[in-house]
Amino acid sequence: MIPLSWYLILAAALFCIGMYGVLGRRNAIAILMGIELMLNAVNINLVAFWRYLSPQVIGGQVFTIIVFAVAASEAAVGLALIISIYRQRSTVIAEEVDLMKW
Amino acid sequence: MTPVQGLFLVTALAAVLSAIMVVTSPRLVHAALWLIVTLAAVAVLFILLDAAFLAMVQIVVYIGAIAILIIFTVMLTRRVMADTGPQMNRLWWLAAFIGLVLFGALVALLAQMPSWWTATPPAATESFELIVQDLGLSLVDLDRYIIPFEVASVLLLAALIGSIVLARPPADDLETGEGE
Repeated sequence: MIPLSWYLILAAALFCIGMYGVLGRRNAIAILMGIELMLNAVNINLVAFWRYLSPQVIGGQVFTIIVFAVAASEAAVGLALIISIYRQRSTVIAEEVDLMKW
Repeated sequence: MTPVQGLFLVTALAAVLSAIMVVTSPRLVHAALWLIVTLAAVAVLFILLDAAFLAMVQIVVYIGAIAILIIFTVMLTRRVMADTGPQMNRLWWLAAFIGLVLFGALVALLAQMPSWWTATPPAATESFELIVQDLGLSLVDLDRYIIPFEVASVLLLAALIGSIVLARPPADDLETGEGE
């Protein structure tokens, strides 16, 4: 069978790739894609721990479903914000939206 | 190596490679399509983990809704950022360094948990139908997870209303019928 560590290492790799996207990309939509990658890595961890450590307690899957709901809300609001910013400033590059930069 | 392990390795390789394409692809639409490949690979992993319901939700919610929403937004905001110019900011090397350090730290932490390193899953005690039934009942059970479930419903409603309000064109555009 597959050892638990394989899932955890894969999730860590996906999380770090997503974080590289969040920190390194200029386009706000690409930053949101990085966040989706990070949320998926967390979901893999949650489901793997549920299956390997406590398959009789369904809470692990419930946690994942809550993360799905949060990810959907975050994507909807985030993309609406990006469209709104694009209307006002004609840009989706994160560093050009510097109205509140100190 | 068993066939299941082979399937896992192929899926994991697809997930990691397509994730790297998501964060490095110079064309945003291509990045969004690679994101769909990553999400599908994660759905396969959920099936390998006996969480078939979550795999279905992953396909319906992530691929069917979120990825399509991202592609729509890429197309709606395309006039300026026509995939020209640098896609990375000038500190991208620092971002890559932080990512590599975090990955190394996570694997080092994992190496200190020898019981997790080789842990194998306990044999499935319940059939797939029973797991899904238990999951559904636990979400509406007063003694279990009904409060998080209702909070998630309110959160989704708030996000729905909020994104409609945010993405609405300004009021003067609506009056003159100019639209966008």
